[in-house]
Amino acid sequence: MTLLQINRLSHYFGGLLAVDNLNLTIEEGELIGLIGPNGAGKTTVFNLVTGAYRASEGEILFRGEDLVGKPPHAINARGISRTFQTIRLWNMMSVLDNVRIAHHGQINYTLAEAFLRLPRYRREEREIEERSMDLLRLFKLERYAQEPVKNLPYGQQRRVEIVRAMAARPQLLLLDEPAAGMNPQEISALMDFIHWIRDEFHLTIWLIEHQMRLVMNICERIKVLDFGATIADGTPEEIRNNPQVIEAYLGEQAEVH
Amino acid sequence: MEFFVQQFVNALQLGSLYALIALGYTMVYGVLLLINFAHGDIFMVGAFLGVFGSITLDLPFVPTLVLSMVLTGLLGVGIERVAYKPLRQASRLSVVITALGVGLLLENGMLALTGANPRSYPQTFITTRVYDIGGVAISNVKIIIIVLAALLFAGLYTIVQRTKWGMAMRAISYDKFAVPLMGVSQDQIISLTFLLGTGLAAAGGILWGVAFPVLNPYMGLRVGWKAFVAAVVGGIGDIRGAAAGGLLLGFIEIFVPAYGDSIGISSTWRDPIAFGLLLIILVVRPTGLFGVARRQKV
Repeated sequence: MTLLQINRLSHYFGGLLAVDNLNLTIEEGELIGLIGPNGAGKTTVFNLVTGAYRASEGEILFRGEDLVGKPPHAINARGISRTFQTIRLWNMMSVLDNVRIAHHGQINYTLAEAFLRLPRYRREEREIEERSMDLLRLFKLERYAQEPVKNLPYGQQRRVEIVRAMAARPQLLLLDEPAAGMNPQEISALMDFIHWIRDEFHLTIWLIEHQMRLVMNICERIKVLDFGATIADGTPEEIRNNPQVIEAYLGEQAEVH
Repeated sequence: MEFFVQQFVNALQLGSLYALIALGYTMVYGVLLLINFAHGDIFMVGAFLGVFGSITLDLPFVPTLVLSMVLTGLLGVGIERVAYKPLRQASRLSVVITALGVGLLLENGMLALTGANPRSYPQTFITTRVYDIGGVAISNVKIIIIVLAALLFAGLYTIVQRTKWGMAMRAISYDKFAVPLMGVSQDQIISLTFLLGTGLAAAGGILWGVAFPVLNPYMGLRVGWKAFVAAVVGGIGDIRGAAAGGLLLGFIEIFVPAYGDSIGISSTWRDPIAFGLLLIILVVRPTGLFGVARRQKV
């Protein structure tokens, strides 16, 4: 079943065409890669899908419903979560609180109930805390729960960002350069980790990445952007041998091994 | 000793009032990094809505208080929607100047509506009773002000520290961009911040009018500035700081004239001494009593 369908999506920053007529269909359960040289418009595509920017043209259909013009929190509530290229956790807050905030849309008590500390307020806050701790346990981060995020090592902060994204119970997870700043061992562990969360949560994953080893190994389908336009689309094998991709990345007449 | 206890209660009363108003400055700053210079005038509107409730509608104290808090809270939300929201992407300076303009609008609007004669609440609003407790005369008004302020602060503290909204407020102050992408409506949180902050200012306005019964459209200027200073000294952005700063200012303002005369300091030195002491605190702790410096990673 089709989860996300992007039709003729274009976006301008002033006169600059950042995304040029993008078309993409993502089926449920797929693991898709979006690659391209720096400045190709990859993160802009993620910002359009999640509602951080409003698309200039085209449509973004999630389970058949157009997301263009919807506010980011409403899109998140429909089942799309993301991480960021540079970690954007709330640094001074504890790991647990970072995960709790992402449950915001699932809490229903009213202001008066909180003010008077009525049962529903206490029950829902307790439930959210338990669910957050369960998630942290699942990701083996429970011993950091009370620690301010800024005290965690970089690799663990990346994991916390993914846990936070999972708190909204997404169907589609967008990972923006999950391997940025990681060494080869960490990247190997990350590849297993991405497979594991997809199976564990029955997710569809769409990721942006520069680490070719990771992209070529785990993505089932890859889309390549350059200057906002699609220059290639296919399996890792097809992408590896596509002359246009090689040119965009390395310039003409280079060979890739 | 009796004199000291008497002054202590007076200081608690004045300090609680400053604290109630300072909370609004600090909450808005915490979420938007905006100093809402119209806040003192919103406090004035709250006090005047008390006149409307108690005289025009002939309501007793509690309904008047609730009416004024609700209406002023909605006014605060409306001001944010109309005057500040369109400027969210603009430079900070534009918003601050807009806030000053909103303040002038409220002052002069109220002057045009009610005229220049000072107002006060009716005698029947709260019937003053004075209790003699061990030789110390304490009026019920003071007790009501101190207890109500403490209750309101406790309620606010719960909301800011232990609810999804409070947590979202703190998250917005750390990184605004990520908040809506994690499923939190930024507009809703900002509206709530204004609703709570201006609602408390209205409570402060009515209690102020009960304690010091001379209401005029410019009353928010002096009180507003002092509460703002209290919020900064406490550590702007932290609600415990606003409470601490407000109480501290109340204590200095009461105790300097109370004991100054005996050591040869005239009571006219009250404000210079109060603000001098607060300046010293800021020199020693530039982020205020509860403030935490935000270090930029370089």
